Amino acid sequence: MMWRYLIPISIFLVLSAFFVKGLSLNPRYVPSPLLGKPAPEFELPRLKDPNASLGSVDLEGQVTLLNVWATWCVGCRQEHGFLVELSQENNVPIYGLNWKDDRNTALDWLSTLGDPYVGSAFDELGEVAIDWGVYGAPETFLLASDGTVLYKHIAPLTRDIWTSEFLPRIISECGSIPCPTVNN
Amino acid sequence: MPNSQQLIAIRNGLGLSILMLASAAWGIDPMPQFDDPSLESSYQELINEVRCLVCQNQTIADSNAPLASDLRREIHQMMGNGASRPEVVEFLVARYGDFVLYRPPFHSKTWLLWGAPIILLALGFLVFARILKSRMGQPLSEDEITP
Repeated sequence: MMWRYLIPISIFLVLSAFFVKGLSLNPRYVPSPLLGKPAPEFELPRLKDPNASLGSVDLEGQVTLLNVWATWCVGCRQEHGFLVELSQENNVPIYGLNWKDDRNTALDWLSTLGDPYVGSAFDELGEVAIDWGVYGAPETFLLASDGTVLYKHIAPLTRDIWTSEFLPRIISECGSIPCPTVNN
Repeated sequence: MPNSQQLIAIRNGLGLSILMLASAAWGIDPMPQFDDPSLESSYQELINEVRCLVCQNQTIADSNAPLASDLRREIHQMMGNGASRPEVVEFLVARYGDFVLYRPPFHSKTWLLWGAPIILLALGFLVFARILKSRMGQPLSEDEITP
């Protein structure tokens, strides 16, 4: 009657497989339903000039990054150095979405730490962030020139993630559409 | 007449319950209530079923996170403008995915989640039936025979 003993053992093994898999998943990572879909339209005042606006229109026609940041966000402070570095490489224009922040503090942050952004939109109430499904800064969206969301990274951006997740996507995207030369 | 010790106990009990009531009212910034009580109750029902993605085991009704308060404001605004429950749910799912709902809809990705209890219950019955069947023909043991 060997099979009698095999049943509980196999149930145990199946459960263990689920638990082991579960341990390696990050519950904080919630995949975005926006991937592969057109990015939500937005128009907001610019951080540096409240009278000028920054919106979807400005991002279209090129592959861009949209980085959600705020001065209250520790992870944003962490990735800021890399963003500045990245902006100096001039591969992809980086736009910022300044999320639920104080304008003066944000301006101060950019003047002290350097400004990697072509422009930052000022989302004081967080309404545009909701449209983009933002739930925790920093988040970085990779957008195609037609405005499709190609990728979303949740957590501080690093050189490793840039090389492994962003670069291949940018290269495959720009094979068909002209976009700034990607070296590296 | 209650004696003085009983009075103290009653006083302490009252004080404690007032404190507990007060703490329920603290946490969340109050949204102005809807004039229509049925609208207010469907708003309350909905925000108690939407997950706060910042503190994932809380609903946006419970959470103090700024994002939760933004979402409450957004939902409040939508419902005030006459949006129905399915419309608000669709709005949330389009942005945050099914995970934002405490009761995700039944579809190809969630069938196991919804079906597992039924499958496990059926398995349990199967095992139960087998055990019963195998014992059916056996005579009762000494202990099982009541005198």
